Amino acid sequence: MTSHSMHRETWLDEAAGRLVRPYTVSAGRTRPTTAMELLSWVVATGVRPRGRLEPDHDVALGLCGAATTVAEVAARMRLPAAVTKVVLSDLVAVGAVLTRPPSPAADPTDRSILERLLVGLQQRL
Amino acid sequence: MSAFNSDSDWAPNALKVLIAGGFGVGKTTFITATSEIPPLRTEELLTTASVGTDDLAGIAAKTTTTVALDFGRITIDRDSVLYLFGAPGQDRFWFLWDELSHGALGAVVLVDTRRLPDCFAAVDFFESRGMRFLVAVNEFDGAYRHNPEEVREALGLLPAVPIVMCDARDRRSATTVLVTLVRHLLAAPSPAHASSAPTEVGDRA
Ligand SMILES: Nc1nc2c(ncn2[C@@H]2O[C@H](COP(=O)(O)OP(=O)(O)OP(=O)(O)O)[C@@H](O)[C@H]2O)c(=O)[nH]1
Ligand SMILES: [Mg+2]
Repeated sequence: MTSHSMHRETWLDEAAGRLVRPYTVSAGRTRPTTAMELLSWVVATGVRPRGRLEPDHDVALGLCGAATTVAEVAARMRLPAAVTKVVLSDLVAVGAVLTRPPSPAADPTDRSILERLLVGLQQRL
Repeated sequence: MSAFNSDSDWAPNALKVLIAGGFGVGKTTFITATSEIPPLRTEELLTTASVGTDDLAGIAAKTTTTVALDFGRITIDRDSVLYLFGAPGQDRFWFLWDELSHGALGAVVLVDTRRLPDCFAAVDFFESRGMRFLVAVNEFDGAYRHNPEEVREALGLLPAVPIVMCDARDRRSATTVLVTLVRHLLAAPSPAHASSAPTEVGDRA
């Protein structure tokens, strides 16, 4: 999961003027058909949808080969999160992608999660 | 790649910690120092109805801009991954903080002692949401070294809120901030669940 060189190119420059393409990708839609959060997980099911995919859908599907998050797909595609969610939910709708909420036990007071987190972080010191 | 039939066994838990603070306080630097990947950047669309156009019923002019948020990733173990999200702390981005704080474990509020008021909005936001946080003073070169109690007083922080000094550029230092936050989360009695009952805060345009 660690690569410091792989994703350099995904940095966005600060330049404005990014508003046209996202809207063509999602045909102006900003409301996904499947509810997704930035940290919802997505993964390709291996089911290839019939017919030809739009280029951005194809790229998104390629990025879901291993489980990843909506935020990471958005960053790698250089698309706003809202637009990425539309693309991914299209893929969910045709059965090509499976999505899951960020954490089945997303409870900020869950001690076992916090304790594991503490151990994991301390290992990095 | 294989077909999955269960909806929960193929992905780890995505844990989330927020990195907040004023403009230029070192949020991106902090995430860069702690993340195992170069920080990624995504954008949220910000659609604001223009003022005074309500009566145009649906054809009101809308201004759409994007707001960038940085995130980094730290793999904790096979079952969980921690994501750090840094987003601008200006009032007009509260709508974004609302989504970001949903399901977040806690927050780091970065502070530059030369510009303490820049973090007021973030502190207010987390307090009002019942989101647990700590304050990390990013010690910029040449900045006057305040002691933590002076910072606590200036920010009106409750005694329970940890205040730590850090160098956001340094992996160990920044990671230690995260360790302190998690210790705080383990120690502090949990306030009202942070992701329920959102409170109106500031002007969300
Ligand atoms: N001397 C010193 N400089 C720092 C430190 N942390 C950050 N900087 C510098 O301060 C500047 C701003 O840091 P950023 O990480 O971009 O701050 P930010 O909060 O992400 O800024 P915005 O996203 O623009 O709000 C950069 O030039 C950093 O190199 C620090 O601990 N010490
Ligand atoms: Mg930044």
